[in-house]
Amino acid sequence: MIAIVDYGAGNIFSVKNAMDYLGLSAELTSKAEDIRNADGIILPGVGAFPWAMNMLSQSGLVDVIKEEAVKKPFLGICLGMQLIFSKGYEFEETSGLGLIDGEVKLMTPENLSIPHIGWNKLIINKECPLLSGLGDDEYVYFVHSYAAECSDNDIAAYCEYGNKVTALVNRGTVYGAQFHPEKSGKTGLKILRNFAELIK
Amino acid sequence: MLAKRIIPCLDVREGKVVKGINFVGIKEVGDPVECAAEYDAQGADEIVFLDITASHEGRGTMLDVVRRTAQKVFVPLTVGGGIRTIDDFRDTLRAGADKVSVNSAAVKNPQLIREAADIFGCQCVVVAIDAKKCPDGHYTVVINGGRIDMGIDAVEWAKKAEELGAGEILLTSMDTDGVKGGFDLDMLNAVCSAVKIPVIASGGCGALEHFTDVFEKTGAAAALAASLFHYKELTVGQVKTELKKHDIPVRIV
Repeated sequence: MIAIVDYGAGNIFSVKNAMDYLGLSAELTSKAEDIRNADGIILPGVGAFPWAMNMLSQSGLVDVIKEEAVKKPFLGICLGMQLIFSKGYEFEETSGLGLIDGEVKLMTPENLSIPHIGWNKLIINKECPLLSGLGDDEYVYFVHSYAAECSDNDIAAYCEYGNKVTALVNRGTVYGAQFHPEKSGKTGLKILRNFAELIK
Repeated sequence: MLAKRIIPCLDVREGKVVKGINFVGIKEVGDPVECAAEYDAQGADEIVFLDITASHEGRGTMLDVVRRTAQKVFVPLTVGGGIRTIDDFRDTLRAGADKVSVNSAAVKNPQLIREAADIFGCQCVVVAIDAKKCPDGHYTVVINGGRIDMGIDAVEWAKKAEELGAGEILLTSMDTDGVKGGFDLDMLNAVCSAVKIPVIASGGCGALEHFTDVFEKTGAAAALAASLFHYKELTVGQVKTELKKHDIPVRIV
């Protein structure tokens, strides 16, 4: 069973809908115990970085996520991906979960509007099990204004939006997708299935 | 680089997809969930439901359609028609819509755009503008399906909507809508050059080359069509294959 962490953020139902559609066992939960017992963890999220860290900490979930994410497959989606980094700068400097070194900063593409909304092409940076079975012309759906700046070693894929934008990261058991796999058609569903297949 | 989007639109009344026949009768032509899933399979980048239900009770039916669609369709879903209040936004988003489009209510109460953007984020606020050309060459905003001229300049209204927090403009030309002679390229250029947010072109496409034209000759980020896809004159896949031939970036599934 995959635990989809429910900490009051939006779009959790669309992740659950996608997992149900794929016939993958996943449950929404806000309990530390469920996260500890799960075979995998998905941290979704739409909203602001400080608000989300505050909600996670009020729910008493920060420590359990930090401990469990390095033991079993963990996928952060959109804001949930941003939270895995060391620090965020949305409105104010806020510490993240620190699962991957990096900072989340406002995007500043020249002559392009923010938020970055729409279908953008994944450009593969390194081999990643979540991209298994995908071609080299795959588009996924993005909605965000802030982006992660981190070591190239942790970047599995990026996209071009004025500059290089971190799209998919991976270090050990920790994965993060800036885009919404649950809104990215067949490509996104394949990525979610690939994630579920990491569970032994 | 963002792909140009192709967006099929479905008119939904009392939970059924309907099509008007020569502006007089309306006939039911299918289940919106099934139609949306079919478009998703064809490669639609987004799906728009336009609720044309007149009654208040019909809103619940629409939310149920949205809920069921969200269980089967995994591309962004935009819902519009009859959205008047923040509660309408909330209910529609909670049912599983990714974006909400607002038209007449925003013209009458522009602050609705700001409130919705503040609460739900600008990415989910689509301002739909229906406009037509005036004899003096300006474009004027019309509501109620083109029947009421609001005496508002469409380009100025688009700019104001952007300032208030709209994430996108869905621009329908009442002059080209239903004519199938191509999108209103002049109107699109006038609006696209005035705003930075994405503009969705709507009204008038009847052939493959109209899609190529709209992306080669205007700054439109997306093109929306209803009957063309509905009556299977073209599939989303055919449109995208054609666009790709012209080196227009599209998502091929």
